[in-house]
Amino acid sequence: MSDLIPVRVAEIEQISSIIKQFTFVADEKPLPPFSAGSHVVVQMEGEGKRFRNAYSLISNPADSSHYRIAVRLQERSRGGSQFMHGEFRPGDRLFISPPANMFLPDWQARHHILIAGGIGITPFLSYGYELEQRQASFEVHYVYRNAETGAFREALTERFGNRLYCYSGERPDFYTLLGHQPLGTHVYVCGPEAMIQDVKATASALGWSPQRVHYEAFTAPQPGKPFVARLSRSQQDVAVAGDTPLLDALEAHGLEIPNMCRGGVCGQCKTSVVDGDIEHRDAFLDDQEKASQRCIMPCVSRSSSDYLVLDL
Amino acid sequence: MQLAPRDTQAFRGQFTYRNSPEAVSRFPFPFPEDDYMYSVNTEPHTLPGPKGSVYEHMLDIDEHYLCETAERAMVLEEDPARCLAMPHMEQACWDLLEFVMTHYAQDYPEHFSFTRQGDQYEWINRPLGIHQTFVMGDASTLPMPPMEFIGRQMQGDFALLDQRDADLFMDAGVITSPADWSLAFDAGMSFKQWHGPVPLAHEMGIFDRVLKYLCAIKVGSPIRRLNWTMTIHPRMDSSPETYHQWGADRTTITPENVGRDVFLRVELQTLVRMPRSHALFFGIRTYLISMDDLTTNKAWAKRLHRVLANLPEALVDYKGMTRYRDTVVEWLSEYDHELQPQT
Repeated sequence: MSDLIPVRVAEIEQISSIIKQFTFVADEKPLPPFSAGSHVVVQMEGEGKRFRNAYSLISNPADSSHYRIAVRLQERSRGGSQFMHGEFRPGDRLFISPPANMFLPDWQARHHILIAGGIGITPFLSYGYELEQRQASFEVHYVYRNAETGAFREALTERFGNRLYCYSGERPDFYTLLGHQPLGTHVYVCGPEAMIQDVKATASALGWSPQRVHYEAFTAPQPGKPFVARLSRSQQDVAVAGDTPLLDALEAHGLEIPNMCRGGVCGQCKTSVVDGDIEHRDAFLDDQEKASQRCIMPCVSRSSSDYLVLDL
Repeated sequence: MQLAPRDTQAFRGQFTYRNSPEAVSRFPFPFPEDDYMYSVNTEPHTLPGPKGSVYEHMLDIDEHYLCETAERAMVLEEDPARCLAMPHMEQACWDLLEFVMTHYAQDYPEHFSFTRQGDQYEWINRPLGIHQTFVMGDASTLPMPPMEFIGRQMQGDFALLDQRDADLFMDAGVITSPADWSLAFDAGMSFKQWHGPVPLAHEMGIFDRVLKYLCAIKVGSPIRRLNWTMTIHPRMDSSPETYHQWGADRTTITPENVGRDVFLRVELQTLVRMPRSHALFFGIRTYLISMDDLTTNKAWAKRLHRVLANLPEALVDYKGMTRYRDTVVEWLSEYDHELQPQT
């Protein structure tokens, strides 16, 4: 990624025992403005290992003097969130990608319903600023397991008042929630996959067109079994450890592969496959492409065979 | 850069438009090969581009700035619908204003200045004699809506495309020099809808690929491409709304007037992500060159001859060249004596 932006950690705030908030400021030239729902990829230089994780910007889009992200410590993480929590100190310098956005508000909507599961609240924090500034009609439904995962509850109560609905340890009844909305309402979900599926299924059953249902899966790449990526053009083998995404392994090998979301959504890192069995985990390829076993999204997907031969 | 004086007859009436030798030398000739076929001929709009070229700056301005802005004002006077912004595009309009002012002032400091003091911004456009202070985001501090205010001062057309549902929608823009298309007609259409009339490309699957590519354009990574057609007389405004004024010109081409009346028309299209709204800026900067001027470059003359001679009929029709293509090809053959390889 040649267009990286150098930034400095200005502030680190412990929001709860498992969520830390990081504020970045520009280190050289000013930070570009961004739109609500944007994310950046944060690059972390670990010992002998580089991590790249995507995080939503949670600060006010109207103010690009700083960027802010919130990171939930993932216990079974491959290291990125542990690195963020354990290693960063105020004053540290690092690189981030320019903001990209795969999860925009639809500004033609008459009413916006935001549904967040746990740390899935993060994109809606920037949404909130923008919706308020535009005086848009909206409501926020914040679902979490306990006070640790629902750590933004108090700050949001202050900001959103009676537009905020909190659910501690329970699921809202999506059928009731979506059942009596005026036409032109859009719903946005960010949270665990099961919750996204639930909202999609409910909206569909109620006759909502898919254009009114927006979602962003925030889950990081999941580990799998180790395999070897064979690069057919250079005749080289790249070992992919169980807890390393294929994309990271290829990058560590010196390959530069276009990417934006590192979460199987944007489609940028699509790579041709010559041979091997692919375990598709992305939300980008269509069923036909997946069945063809001829391309892979290396940011999240892996191989179920020992070797995966790539056209690289 | 010396600006030619304001002339309301440059692109209509007397058609006084002329390119200086410098303008001819920097003309963006669009054909890398003897055969023309669609390709997704996009490339990064890496800045600064080669010095003096049309790619040097984010937004190119040349000697025709005053004539083109005068033409723009006349078209908008006759047909205000050439300027259109849907309500949900308001933030994109402010994005655009800041984008244009920033780049014009940075790249052409002899002509423009853009400064900020606290909430107050000051914009100076010396060629047009405009001096405006305003508050960003507060439309009441400008004499007209923000997109129209800056759009009237821009050389070249643009549309602002809203991105939603992994698609792009033509929801705002100022289009006064279209090559036979209409903003009012295309308003609100999706990417594939407004490309509906383009022959061959749908079957080639081009639009699916291009759309995915365009939706992924990032802040700070603009791209560009060239597009082309031909126009009779240096007529910038060849829109469907004014077809009755220019359509018949296509029947007037004879071997005697090809050099003077037939123009190659090249669009430098730029696509730039607007940072706050996430709208996509689609800039269409049009360059016109007469066959007389073009053939001062022998390599261009030879290549254009081959491109036009080999152009598929569907494209000849689509580009509106059916009535005069053969005459132009015959006229250009003088510049192409080598035997062409048989295909």
